Amino acid sequence: MDAREAVLDKYSGRVFKNRKDHIVELDEAGVPKEIASNSRSVPGLMINRGCCYAGCKGVVLGPLRDTVVITHGPIGCGYYTWGTRRNKADAPDGRNFIQYSFSTDMQETDIVFGGMKKLHQAIKEAVEIFQPKAVMICSTCPIGLIGDDINAVAATAEKEFGITCIAYSCEGYKGVSQSAGHHIANNGLMKRVIGSAKDEIPKEKKTFRLNILGEYNIGGDGWEQERILKKIGYEVVAVLTGDGSYEALTHAHTANLNLVQCHRSINYIAEMMKTKYNIDWIKVNFIGIDETIRTLREIADYFDDETIKKRTEEVIAEELEEIAEEREFYRNKLTGKTAGIFVGGSRSHHYQHLLMDFGVKTVIAGYEFAHRDDYEGREVIPDIKLDADSKNIEQITVEPDQQLFHVALDKARFDELRKKNVELEYYKGMFKDMGDGTITIDDFNHYETEKVLEIFKPDIFYSGIKDKYMIMKKGVPSNQLHSYDYSGPYACFKGSITFARNTYLSISTPAWNMMTPPWRTKSTLEGTLGDENYA
Amino acid sequence: MLDMTPKTITERKSLRVNPAKTCQPVGAMYAALGVHRCMPHSHGSQGCCSYHRTFLSRHFKEPAIATTSSFSEGACVFGGGSNLKKAVKNIFDIYNPDIIAVHTTCLSETIGDDLNALIRELEIPQGKLVIHTNTPSYKGSHVTGFGNMMAGFINYLSEKSAVSNGKIGIFPGFVNPGDMHELKRMAKSMGVKYIMFPDTDGTMNTPITGDYQMYPKGGTTIDEIRQLGGAKHILALGELTSMIPAMEIKKKCDVDSTALPYPIGVEATDKFLMSLSKLSGKAITEELEEERGQLLDIMVDSHAYYGDKRVAISGDPDTVLGLAAFCLELGMKPKYMLTGTPDEKFTKLAKEMLLKYGVTDCIAKANADLFELHQLMKNEAVDLLIGGTHCKQIAKAEDVPFVRAGFPIMDRYVHSYMPLVGYRGAMRLAELMGNALMDRQDRDAEDKDLEMVM
Repeated sequence: MDAREAVLDKYSGRVFKNRKDHIVELDEAGVPKEIASNSRSVPGLMINRGCCYAGCKGVVLGPLRDTVVITHGPIGCGYYTWGTRRNKADAPDGRNFIQYSFSTDMQETDIVFGGMKKLHQAIKEAVEIFQPKAVMICSTCPIGLIGDDINAVAATAEKEFGITCIAYSCEGYKGVSQSAGHHIANNGLMKRVIGSAKDEIPKEKKTFRLNILGEYNIGGDGWEQERILKKIGYEVVAVLTGDGSYEALTHAHTANLNLVQCHRSINYIAEMMKTKYNIDWIKVNFIGIDETIRTLREIADYFDDETIKKRTEEVIAEELEEIAEEREFYRNKLTGKTAGIFVGGSRSHHYQHLLMDFGVKTVIAGYEFAHRDDYEGREVIPDIKLDADSKNIEQITVEPDQQLFHVALDKARFDELRKKNVELEYYKGMFKDMGDGTITIDDFNHYETEKVLEIFKPDIFYSGIKDKYMIMKKGVPSNQLHSYDYSGPYACFKGSITFARNTYLSISTPAWNMMTPPWRTKSTLEGTLGDENYA
Repeated sequence: MLDMTPKTITERKSLRVNPAKTCQPVGAMYAALGVHRCMPHSHGSQGCCSYHRTFLSRHFKEPAIATTSSFSEGACVFGGGSNLKKAVKNIFDIYNPDIIAVHTTCLSETIGDDLNALIRELEIPQGKLVIHTNTPSYKGSHVTGFGNMMAGFINYLSEKSAVSNGKIGIFPGFVNPGDMHELKRMAKSMGVKYIMFPDTDGTMNTPITGDYQMYPKGGTTIDEIRQLGGAKHILALGELTSMIPAMEIKKKCDVDSTALPYPIGVEATDKFLMSLSKLSGKAITEELEEERGQLLDIMVDSHAYYGDKRVAISGDPDTVLGLAAFCLELGMKPKYMLTGTPDEKFTKLAKEMLLKYGVTDCIAKANADLFELHQLMKNEAVDLLIGGTHCKQIAKAEDVPFVRAGFPIMDRYVHSYMPLVGYRGAMRLAELMGNALMDRQDRDAEDKDLEMVM
């Protein structure tokens, strides 16, 4: 029985039928394999997935620091998304709403009689107390059922209070995971925020203006990327949405290139900005030393500017020099170890590269809420059949904005870059970097996690807090790749060292060697026959 | 920190900012985790279950198992019956608990799923059980959900008995495994036959051995919950928290309860032990009396550092009442007592307690939030802040000494293993508060004033 069969073995008919297509063994690198993903979870399986609201409010909108995001619903949802994701923000003007949680805290009477009045009043109070640039409203489950028209409330509030007010119908039951919420948030930002300042596109040829898309500044990752990019000579117009701001997003259309870090959560905006403003996007990865170098060189290659190219190499050399000693130390400590990664919709791929930098091989990888393209590459998108759950998520189309249209990259140049494997308007997916008997599980659950731990016995397992403690109770070190165990940044050169240090500390903490009490292996009791202690 | 919070307090009717409560289902999940071989099940969208497990794991630093009905849009239209049916089959097949404890969410409540009917229609394997409770998130708080889940277990399982089994039921309230452990230690030391329900000591503080047990050896057994129906009497700790299950056991099995405050501090622990003694006919042991004496010795020795200190306390209603009681016993002056849980009984009990100690200028509020607490503290400062992790923002913003107590504490370790209840718990509290106050005195002291002995 191979690993995949062993994992599936316990399942009865219907569960087996569902789960078998979500588990793929990758034997040879480069051989395309298909995986079932972005479909409903099986009720009763202890999964790691969250909901649509978590994707919309928790992931994409939550990090906007100058925006009051009001959760419309009972108190729980707003409470759980308060300060827990580590999307750091630092407002130079002191106007930072990240430290706050706003909710309409709906009560039974609001459910019975409708919550629109309460929502309107809550916006009014938020405007009066906080004077935010924008107010965003995120619905929770009951809102869709009781039929509150949050768009109407938002429209009234805009007129009445003279602010931007945007409503997102991201009820938890929509879609099959957080992913639906990402899409809904992307749509709202594209429709109402991105480019809304309408400032002209700088006409001078040599501007190096970037947006970083799908970077949420967990543990300060975005800041580390910005530091490096600025050092080279780029200007970062907007980050979506880590330490992001409504204000910056309104100017995002002036960037020359979109860098896409988390493909899953933000590819919609990348695509729509290409259509509307003709801004190219490139799939980057700032996680891992070699990946950061590759990314920086590809961005430089895209702009094809000698000064930038030269500066890129200088910065790479400087950063490498700074980490050289520690890099060697941790590489020595970690080489030959194996890892499992179950997280999100992009990181399980990104972190395999970082682990490889230190000689750690990833033997198990899985995503919570990825789609087929995140596993298999964007070339499969035309083949993905939308099911009912996906069809219910609004698909918006945008038209080219002739006023704000960027000059296109020369077609020949585009093809040349693509030929060099630059992921321009493309993402190759995780599978192409895996193989050799490793296993991938989509929408992994508690049982499957336990099972693969037993089969593969990895030296460390990266996941989230829901399974971290279970994994460690089994004797396997586990670090969180959602929250970085309250550490970070993990991005770029210095971040890689922080990651390696944490990994090494987790594997080598002395407690692991003390788990078996010494008296289990060495008796403390000595007695003679007839000793009353043995009676 | 919290730079957007203005000092001027304006009335808010609709906007909740920085809540001091969360929703019912997470309390229900915690209660169910205190039952042996039980799988808590969240009947709603999968996000609820994910948030609640996360919340509990962040506080306890332990696995918090629970499953979900994973509602889709279709389930909202047609009802969640089919999802529950599939879930229950899969849970027994794959995770094999003895009992599944279903709680609802605002979604399944708004749809109007009739859990009584849905559970009746389930095919439940021989010897296995499925029970439920209703926990609409738009009523009460996580504390209400905790009580509701207990009532759900009682309603399904507790058996009325003509003859008392002589045991004392102890409802510990929404407290840590460390507290439950301490309550049991006190009862055991007196030789009292008791049933602790629920009991997370042994489920949410398990040792690491290299062998993960999905169902650790702790937790109230199903048999014990059945036997609660024949208990001699119930000590319902937490006059707000344990009300619902106390009423349920009376209704279902005609077992009487005595409502007591959380045994935090001297007087409340005295009350608990005396009730336990009176009901069981067992004497309060010398060991416990000695602990009491030790606690009082500490209080007398260190009184100067607590006396007249103004304190703000935020958290769950019975916890705040308990902490305030001990603060008063130490000679401190509660200035703010706030809970997010909407229950005016809290305000009434707080006022009675304050009156007894002649404190007249304390603001006690239920249904409040931390934004309001912060504004109040900006207007009239305190010497010490006690509450859960979320209060750390206020502590930092106002540079006020801070002691973590209650739920949730997501940013520190060990706390869930240690008690606040009993004389030993009070000693720990005295140490935590004393250290916070005295560390501050040391920090602020000029070099010439730094005391070597205090």
